[in-house]
Amino acid sequence: MPDTYPREIIEDLVDDSLEWDQLHDMMSKFKDTDRFQQVREVLQERVDWEDPIIIPYAEHLYIVAKSADRWVIKCDCGHEFCEHDQNWKREALINVRDSTEAYREIYPEGMHPHPDYMELREFFCPGCKTLLEVENMMPGYPLVHTFEPDIETFYDEWIDEPIPTPESA
Amino acid sequence: MSSEHDASETQSVGEQAAEDEDVTYPRMRREQELVEEKLEDLGEGIGWNGKTLKTQMEGVEERTDSTDHYDGQEELELKSENPIEYEQMFSQLRGDLVTARETSKEVAATPIVEQEGELCYGLFTPEGDSIAVSTGIIVHIHTMSEAIKYMINHDFEESPGIEPGDVFVNNDTHVGNVHPCDIATLIPIFHEGELVAWAGGVTHVIDTGAIGPGSMNVSQASRFGDGAHYCRKIGEDFELYNSWEKDYVDKTRTPEFLKLDERTRMTGCLMIRDAVKELIDEYGVDEFKQLSRESVEDGRRGFRNRIKRTMLPGTYRGVSFVDALYEGQENLTREYANENHIMHAPSELHVREDGTFQVSFEGANKWGWHPYNCTPAAIQGGIWVMLTQTVIPNENVNDGAYYACDFHLPEGSWANTQNTETAHAYAWHYLVSAWAPLWQHLSRGYYARGFWEEINAGNANTSNWLQGGGIDQFDKLHAVNSFEAACEGVGARYVEDGEPHAAAIWNPEGDMGDAEVWERTEPLPFLGRAVKPNTGGPGRRAGGAGFESLRTVSDVTRWLLYEMGNGYMTSDSGLFGGYPAASGYILNAQNTDLKQRFENGEEYPQHDLDPESGAFEAQIDGDITRTPKGISTPKEFEDHDLYLNYLRGGSGLGDPLERDPEEVLSDIHDGYVLPRHAEDAYGVVVEQVSEDAKHNSAVDGEFEIDEAATRDRREEMMDERAEEAVPASEWYEEQRERIQAERDLIDDVKKTYVSSMRMSEQFTDFFRNFWDLSEDFEFNLSDEAEKSLEYRFGSGFKRKWDNYTRSHESWHGVGREDEPVVPYTWTDRSLKDLSGPSASFDERTRATDDD
Repeated sequence: MPDTYPREIIEDLVDDSLEWDQLHDMMSKFKDTDRFQQVREVLQERVDWEDPIIIPYAEHLYIVAKSADRWVIKCDCGHEFCEHDQNWKREALINVRDSTEAYREIYPEGMHPHPDYMELREFFCPGCKTLLEVENMMPGYPLVHTFEPDIETFYDEWIDEPIPTPESA
Repeated sequence: MSSEHDASETQSVGEQAAEDEDVTYPRMRREQELVEEKLEDLGEGIGWNGKTLKTQMEGVEERTDSTDHYDGQEELELKSENPIEYEQMFSQLRGDLVTARETSKEVAATPIVEQEGELCYGLFTPEGDSIAVSTGIIVHIHTMSEAIKYMINHDFEESPGIEPGDVFVNNDTHVGNVHPCDIATLIPIFHEGELVAWAGGVTHVIDTGAIGPGSMNVSQASRFGDGAHYCRKIGEDFELYNSWEKDYVDKTRTPEFLKLDERTRMTGCLMIRDAVKELIDEYGVDEFKQLSRESVEDGRRGFRNRIKRTMLPGTYRGVSFVDALYEGQENLTREYANENHIMHAPSELHVREDGTFQVSFEGANKWGWHPYNCTPAAIQGGIWVMLTQTVIPNENVNDGAYYACDFHLPEGSWANTQNTETAHAYAWHYLVSAWAPLWQHLSRGYYARGFWEEINAGNANTSNWLQGGGIDQFDKLHAVNSFEAACEGVGARYVEDGEPHAAAIWNPEGDMGDAEVWERTEPLPFLGRAVKPNTGGPGRRAGGAGFESLRTVSDVTRWLLYEMGNGYMTSDSGLFGGYPAASGYILNAQNTDLKQRFENGEEYPQHDLDPESGAFEAQIDGDITRTPKGISTPKEFEDHDLYLNYLRGGSGLGDPLERDPEEVLSDIHDGYVLPRHAEDAYGVVVEQVSEDAKHNSAVDGEFEIDEAATRDRREEMMDERAEEAVPASEWYEEQRERIQAERDLIDDVKKTYVSSMRMSEQFTDFFRNFWDLSEDFEFNLSDEAEKSLEYRFGSGFKRKWDNYTRSHESWHGVGREDEPVVPYTWTDRSLKDLSGPSASFDERTRATDDD
């Protein structure tokens, strides 16, 4: 049971370049205790900005500390969406596939949802135009706020560490 | 079958009886004498220390409730004092359960059990909590648990009695099952006059006598078309009652297969009983009892620990939908069932500060006149089997995980009908679709925590189901249920593409099965079987591809076939920018010229790899049905007709424009992606450099990447995104106006919203608040839709359980005006407003700074 992995293994994980046998071992073994800290450190080195990462939020997205009491959702391109407890999709660019023609760009004929029953909502970063999420929704459905992490409980009670601030970074 | 048949075996009890070689099951006879003495002479129950089972179960629930530890096991004494012995005993049990499964499945004759492994075994405490499980379709570990609790709670101990050598059966969904085609055999295990455990096994049978042939018919409106239901004692002295053997075989179209399935389950259960006896002989009964209690608490703690180790506390939300289209279908059992349904499954997960795992479906819409409704046992067992594939992928799997989770399943919704009129024959259609967001909840937690090797975009919609029956090639009444559906593409992972044609979520060890074996039991020869392109969702990591089989019909009379799967909706979304898997469609050909083509040596269809190519239609003459729907009711097929069995793919992960073009090229050559979609979905421009490809499937080296054109195309696509996408605020205003005007919203969609609003005040508030609608906003429905809702909401409840135990209180959802057991936070409130893991919004007094 590894309490920790070598730094280069974690870098390869973040880069999605681990070999299958390495991945298989990683999945089969007990989980290492410092994974969060290691991944966070690697990600912090990879981004071009200085705001300390509090948590990786989704692929390309982070919750970062702007001050000791202000956290925002930020893309790795540098675009800042909103406060950490708000739904970033409200600040994104959106394209909706709700016609047969739009569906046929992705799926063959007859193998896509019926536009009257379901639409695909594509959310892009206004900064880098990366596609961050695709949701398959019944028309008229509200935007879903998918993840509200309890950061205070996580840092204070689960890993017993101070929450990063610009001063501590 | 049992070692008790071996007269040379040394017996620790019942020695006198064992000396008599004419007595079978001498241990059982001795146990029967002891139980008779307790019941009749001493007036005691069969539980521990003379308690009745019901009293014993109430005690376990009370201690669990008051201590927050299973059965009050605050200290794991056996594990802490003698950890090696604890592990040895548990591993021995686990090994014996797996052995029972692997051995007994050879008794079965159906490919469903023998090829696909659609069976499982569990060992349970006297109160019905699972201690250890085999591999296989372990969703049924928890459903069997509920069946045992039902029998205890409904005084089976008094009538018909629970005694050594008894055999019980259950397949009733409302007692504890997913659907009636999963039949459970349960036998009690006694030691010195006390019930020490239950052994249980489940197999998925071919046919349960539903209104249409096959194990999961789709044309019925109610339970009364689902097939036969049983929850009863069916034998004693380990012999099945004559009346049972004469009875149930006439309630199925496939009696011989069901008889062998029953022997399969009996074999496994008796093997488990022997294993328990051996363990008790070796370690003593007190140690066994202690193990049975501690292992459940150990499982509960293991689950909590794993959550705290790999997830982030907080709230995770998602929603999924799937279609069940019945408007215009033929052969429906009721005229009022002639309508379309959409499943609405809002999914909310709270991971609380102590690792508590709370799942809520508040906002789910009403059940329907279709066989896709669910019971709490189905939902809880289903989620449990899903969790074993991600949170607890180890041997320490038992009902401890169930005790670590809180569920809120709105009473009267499709997720908890509490009405024995509802049909459940293929509850999985809704189940599998409904837990799609749960994969994503977990994946978001794993992402935030850094365990990226565990991230998975989701599972496939596990269809199509090829089913039917009639007079087969042996001139016998027969039914078929192809379990090729146990093999679907799976969702993409963060670090790998989804596995193509791999497994189904409900059976982690599923397989497509050998074509030759299916052909032995189904008069449906294969014309072709191949990977199906563009079934997996595009993404940086692509969803695993599904596959297809093209079947014909041979040597049958009055033969029916039908389809079951998603069509107008795709149930699993992609993750982090990946796209959902493709949805389904139906392709049949009837009254064909296939026979003439065979005789003349002409080409005939083997595939439908590219539905747009026209290849299928060019190779067959006949009445061709090609429709993007997923469900059809039984329809007659004749020799040389054609049926496409399309098994779905998994969803994708990540922005497709980040996928390495070389991998897209491999996708083309492997048959996962049609060349034209390389550019549309991935921005990869390829050119054909060889003409060697056949059957629409590329071969290695046929295509090459145009690197410059790919670079240009991807840049163009980024520009197009910027030009075509709009700020979400702009979109919001347009949509709000659309909803207010009810513009471009079809009746089926509005009916789904209205149904959820009538079910849930909380969802109503969420919907109105989000779109800033008036407090009395409602959609206008057609008369037909209004009538449908009135019929269903007016049906009320018709509960199976006469009364509920403490642990079943959550089965009683809450009324529309009350707070759900699991806090509802889709509106503008947060878990962080609560003070402790057990606090809810209706317990405001607990939410103080002093807590």
